[in-house]
Amino acid sequence: MTTNHAAIEVRDLVKRYAKANVNAVDGVTFSVRPGEIFGLLGPNGAGKTTTIGVLITSVLPTSGAAAIMGLDVASDPIGIKQRIAVVPQQSNLDRSLRVREILTFHAAYHGVPHREREQRADALLDELGLGDRKNDKVARYSGGMSQRLMIARALMHAPDVLFLDEPTNNLDPQSRLFLWDRIRALNAQGLTILLTTHDMREADQLCGRIAIMDKGRILVNDTSTELKKLIPGGNAVEVRVGLPAPETGGHVLEGLRGLEGVSKVDELDAGAPAANDEAGVVTYRLYAQNAPALVGPATQAVLVAGGQVRDLHVKQPSLEDVFIYLTGRHLR
Amino acid sequence: MTPSIEHSVRHTNRLWLATNAFGATLRRDLAVTRRELPQFLIQALIQPMFFLLIFCKIMPSIGLTAGNFASLMLPGIIGLTELMAAIQGITLPLVLDLGFAREIDDRLLAPQPVWLVAAEKMLFAAMRGVAAGAVIFPAAWLVLGSRYAVRGDRIGILIGMIVLAAFAGSGIGLVIGTVVKPEQISLMFSIILTPLLFLGCTYYPWGALHTVRWFQVLTLFNPLTYAAEGLRYAMVPPVNGRELPTLPVQWVLLALVATTALCFGFGARTFRSRVVS
Repeated sequence: MTTNHAAIEVRDLVKRYAKANVNAVDGVTFSVRPGEIFGLLGPNGAGKTTTIGVLITSVLPTSGAAAIMGLDVASDPIGIKQRIAVVPQQSNLDRSLRVREILTFHAAYHGVPHREREQRADALLDELGLGDRKNDKVARYSGGMSQRLMIARALMHAPDVLFLDEPTNNLDPQSRLFLWDRIRALNAQGLTILLTTHDMREADQLCGRIAIMDKGRILVNDTSTELKKLIPGGNAVEVRVGLPAPETGGHVLEGLRGLEGVSKVDELDAGAPAANDEAGVVTYRLYAQNAPALVGPATQAVLVAGGQVRDLHVKQPSLEDVFIYLTGRHLR
Repeated sequence: MTPSIEHSVRHTNRLWLATNAFGATLRRDLAVTRRELPQFLIQALIQPMFFLLIFCKIMPSIGLTAGNFASLMLPGIIGLTELMAAIQGITLPLVLDLGFAREIDDRLLAPQPVWLVAAEKMLFAAMRGVAAGAVIFPAAWLVLGSRYAVRGDRIGILIGMIVLAAFAGSGIGLVIGTVVKPEQISLMFSIILTPLLFLGCTYYPWGALHTVRWFQVLTLFNPLTYAAEGLRYAMVPPVNGRELPTLPVQWVLLALVATTALCFGFGARTFRSRVVS
C-alpha cells in the first residue's frame, strides 16, 4: 500500500459497559506507526483488553474513534478483520479440528487460496517448531505449544497488524524467550504489533514505544528509555557507607553534595533500611544525569570524609519504578 | 523466518469476503460432522427406532393401539427427531462457546458480519435436522415392515415440510443457545424441551384432540405441532378413500416460516449482544 496513515489510530476513545458506573476506557488517544511494536502496560483492569476489543471489533466504543490501516473500526468491521489478527490471553483453538486443519480452515475463512494455505500452514508449523506434531489433536498440546499455534494461526492470512493480549502470561521461561524471539522476527518482517502486558520486563524487551495505562487512561506514552527518565531516581548511584562516628555522616553528605553533576542526594535509611544494615551504616542515593561517571568521585568523597564504602552501585531503573512513580502503586 | 506470511492477492470486495467466510465456515462444520458420522447417526436413530418398535409394532401386536396408528405416529416421530437433531446441532455448541470455550472466535474474526455467523450455525443445524429426519424413512421401512405406509403423491410437499421443520428447530435452538448460560443447561432440558416434546402432537393427531379443547388450543403454541401436522398431511395415506383431517396446510406453512423468521431475528440479535459488548 502506498498510504502514509498510521497502522493504528485511536482518538478520544471512551468505553462504558452497560451497568458500569465508571468508564473502562476513559478518553484514550494514541497512534502506532506501521512496523512498530507498541505496548500497553498496566495492571489488570486498566482498560488494555477493552482497548484491544474496540480495535478488533468485539467491543463497541461509547464515543471516540479508532482506525486500522486507515479503515474505520465502527463502519468497516469486515475490512478491519481482513487486516488484523488476534492472539488472545486464553486458548480459543478449535478443538474439533486437528492442528494443521486449524490453520488451513482459518485461512479458508479469510479467502486464502487452497494451495497457498496448504503451503503456508506447513511453513508456519515448521517455523514455530510444531512441524512434527501437526496432526495432533489440540488437547494434547501444552500451554506453550497452544500459544505458538495461535500465533501461527494469526499469521495464516498475512495480517497487517497483530494483536497480542498478554502473550507470555502463564508460560515457562523457555517458552517465553522463544516467543519473544518470534515476535521480534515477525516485527523485523514489517508486521505491526500491539501487545498488552502487565510484565514490565516484557514491555521493556519488546516494545519500541510503551503506553502506561491505569484506570482507563494512558498516563504516559514514550520509548522505554524516555519513560525511565521521568523519575528522579531514573539515573542514580546508591552508596552504602559505614560511619565510625556519628558526626562523620554530616561530612559524607557534604562531600557527596559537593560533587560535580550531582543534582540531589537523599539519605535512604529513613524509608526502608536493608535487612542487613547495622547501626552506623547509611545508604545515600545520588541523582545525576550521568550516574556511572560518579562511581569514582563518590568513592573518593566518602573516603575523604572519613566514611567506609560498604557497597556502591548504579541504580538500574525499571518500568515498574516508572509505574510506581506515576501511580504510587505496584503493577500487580 | 521465511517470507511465508506475505499474501499474494487480497480481495477487497466485502460481499465476496463475507460469502467466502460463510462457505468456509459451513465446510468446517460439515467436515467435523463427517468425521463423527457414526455417532451422529446413532444419536439420530436410536430414540425414533425404539419409539417405532414399541408404539407401532409391539403395541398394535398386543392390541393396545389401532392398526393405522403406525402411519399417524411416523410423521410425528420424524418431526420430533428433526427438531431435536436441529436443536442439538446448535444449542449445546453455542452455550459452551459463548459461555467459556470461545472456539467460535476464529469465525467471528473472519471477514464476515456477526449475524452471518449465527445464520451459518442455523443453516448447519437445519441440515443436521433434515439428515436425521431423512434417515428415519429407510429405518422405519425396515422396522415396520408391512405396517410402513407413506403416500407417494405429495412428495414435493413432504420435502418442503422436512426442510421447514428442520429450520424451525434450528431457529428454536439458536434462541435457546444464545439465551441459556452453561450452568442452566440441565434446567433448560426440563423446562423447555419436555413441554416441547409432549405438547407437540407427536404421538396424537391434532384433529383428534377436539374432545379436549383446552389441550388442543395449548398445542397450537408449539412449533412442533405444525411440523408434525404438516408431515402428516404429506405422508398419511387416505383410509377407505377418506383423508386424515390435519391442521390446514397453509397455516402449517405460515407457522413454520414465521417460527423460523422470528427465531432467527431474535436469535441473531442475542447472539450479537453476546459476542459484541
